[in-house]
Amino acid sequence: MLSSTADHLYWMARSMERAENTARMLDVTYRLALLRHDEAKPFQEWTAMLTISGLYEKYVERHGLVSAENVLHFMSLDEGNPSSIHTSLYNARENARAVRGTISQEMWETINHTWLEMRDTTRAMLSGDKVSAFFEWVKDRSHMSRGVTHGTMLRDDGFRFLRLGTFLERGDNTARLLDVKYHILLPSLAEVGGAADYYQWSAVLRSLSALSSYRKVYRDLITPRRVAELLILRRDVPRSLAACASEVNRLAQELGGPRSRELIRRTGLLDAELRYGIIDDIMVAGLHEYLTAYLERVYGIADQVNRTYFWAVDAPLAADPALA
Amino acid sequence: MMTAFDEMHAADGSVRDNYQAYAEWLRAMPAEVTARKREEADLLFHRIGITFAVYGEDAGTERLIPFDIVPRIIAAREWQRIEQGLKQRVQALNAFLHDIYHDQEILRAGRIPAAQVLGNSQYRKEMQGVDVAGKVYAHVAGIDLVRADHGGKRGEYYVLEDNLRTPSGVSYMLEDRRMMMRLFPDLFARQAVAPVEHYPDLLLSTLRTLSPPAEGDPNVVLLTPGQYNSAYFEHAFLAQQMGIELVEGNDLFVSEDTVFMRTTHGPRRVDVIYRRLDDDFLDPLAFRKDSMLGVPGLFAAYRAGRVTLANAVGTGIADDKAMYIHVPEMIRFYCGEEPILSNVPTWELGKTEDLKYALANLPELVVKEVHGSGGYGMLVGPTASKDEIRLFREKIVAAPERYIAQPTLSLSTCPIFVEQGIAPRHIDLRPFVLSGTEVCMVPGGLTRVALKEGSLVVNSSQGGGTKDTWVLQE
Repeated sequence: MLSSTADHLYWMARSMERAENTARMLDVTYRLALLRHDEAKPFQEWTAMLTISGLYEKYVERHGLVSAENVLHFMSLDEGNPSSIHTSLYNARENARAVRGTISQEMWETINHTWLEMRDTTRAMLSGDKVSAFFEWVKDRSHMSRGVTHGTMLRDDGFRFLRLGTFLERGDNTARLLDVKYHILLPSLAEVGGAADYYQWSAVLRSLSALSSYRKVYRDLITPRRVAELLILRRDVPRSLAACASEVNRLAQELGGPRSRELIRRTGLLDAELRYGIIDDIMVAGLHEYLTAYLERVYGIADQVNRTYFWAVDAPLAADPALA
Repeated sequence: MMTAFDEMHAADGSVRDNYQAYAEWLRAMPAEVTARKREEADLLFHRIGITFAVYGEDAGTERLIPFDIVPRIIAAREWQRIEQGLKQRVQALNAFLHDIYHDQEILRAGRIPAAQVLGNSQYRKEMQGVDVAGKVYAHVAGIDLVRADHGGKRGEYYVLEDNLRTPSGVSYMLEDRRMMMRLFPDLFARQAVAPVEHYPDLLLSTLRTLSPPAEGDPNVVLLTPGQYNSAYFEHAFLAQQMGIELVEGNDLFVSEDTVFMRTTHGPRRVDVIYRRLDDDFLDPLAFRKDSMLGVPGLFAAYRAGRVTLANAVGTGIADDKAMYIHVPEMIRFYCGEEPILSNVPTWELGKTEDLKYALANLPELVVKEVHGSGGYGMLVGPTASKDEIRLFREKIVAAPERYIAQPTLSLSTCPIFVEQGIAPRHIDLRPFVLSGTEVCMVPGGLTRVALKEGSLVVNSSQGGGTKDTWVLQE
């Protein structure tokens, strides 16, 4: 299929997934902030979230001091934030619009409708306890868009590019979300296992829709080690790193193509490591270090997707020295 | 002004044959059913309207192209004659374009003044001597027809304009039929209406027949200026219906006089480009250098016969208003036949006699500028103010050869639904004629209707709507 069409589909899905994950990230931060009352470090959770999203500097530039209300606004409605929910839903819609002929009518209507509602959302509508309803709305629209895609779209390469965008974005976001909690919010080892810790981890699980999965799998106390195992290595948990890497690898193989060797090598390697990895090794090396390395590899894979499918060289294949 | 020809009713008020079955159905329909159907129609229009609306500047807002539910009905025999006339006309236009860009026999025979062709800004000297596949230039032609009482003839069809560059509107024809079948399936059960749904198939096979030699199936693509073009919906719609790629200039590149598209599996050769992009923007190396929409090197590949462009480059010379006058002569010259469809009587103001007549009768005439298409530099005598007429007179006198004049025809009317039932409104017709190795078309075309009482303007930008067009089958 056309590189430009594939590019639009991929970013349409990534943007929608990003909007959903930003809502999840905000949701967990909001819950964590309600749990903690460290007077010495107000808004610590919000700062952590900005840092882990790579948006701290952008935020300071636009809003100055960190406050819950401003960060909520920055991440939800701010048009100047490339990762805000507003911007993500706009991007999803603009990409969808460019490939209206390729996606189903229902997909277009769902994404367009989502954007029209987002456009009419004001700051006042996110104040106080209404903010949770907004996060729910974002998740609902993302679920609906995914459901419509599954229910109506031809299973061709276009569908695969959509899925590729979804899983690359999701893996990236799960890793960041886990990292927020583990590395920055964990004040000291003394608190591990305490009551506050329990609530924090359950908030993380809930924000990834994984709390009931946890209970089914472990039927035991929530411990950081198990949470990490669940969200990194369990392939049956749909938002885990392993589940995402497995999908990405399968999709890369199905998409194939004459330039796909390096991409498939990278996705295959990542998939294999997650498939055969054990949590003890990860904990010994350090969870934060592990997640940081993982994010770099996902970034590398996304870059390789660009090189393989979207930034096609102009010369016909036979004349391409790289492939000789 | 005289009363216009009514498509549904004869002068004595009786219903014409082609509308009998419809009128019967309409009479039998209780008022409350009519009302409900209209409500249902409004809802459906609304949904369809959204699909027509989302591309413009106000993306996301709704801009409905009004659609009226009374069909325009053409009798089978009447259509046969129109179809023959259209085929004849388009064949002559294609023969003219081939001739003009090769030996120019029609000029040497003195049948058309050479200066009017070679001095015309629409004549593309870059096309001189270029051989195009099948000698076809206008693969898709939109021929605008109007019906009027004129010069003693009742309800005569006239060709108002030939559109040979990138004519649009066919998506409305297809959507209008889809809408009518959804709303009134019983109507289609009552009488045989010739289908139009196969237009995309006909178009695709037309394009494929004129492909340069290709390995396997020819790769046909539709080239659009992009999503901000007002006809983008149609481009996307047609590409989807034909199952071909919708491409923008950036998706294509030329290497060694061969056109490729950038795909996820590397470059893929393109054989035929159905382009909805004007000549000027096709190739910055050959035409406008500032074009960001085109493909560098495309014209060289085209000249080398490595790719087919539909329509060809340079068709504008045949649909220019200065050439319109000569189309009947083209038909005689190339086909050796008398024209089946008439031109609207036209005065060439470059001729002394014609100029004299026109200047004496400006308030009754429509005066048009010959270069360029569209409604620029046009005078509609009956609706113009005295000052406007005076100013236009000065322009004409300064350069009479740049203008033509025509009588103000009272376009035929067809009923539309209004609040109090049905009422007549003026209409025109744009059939789409396809030329490949053969000339073909789907019966009918796009009927445009002026929704305002008495208005003769059918353009959608100025309060025009559309209707489904039925050609009855015998």
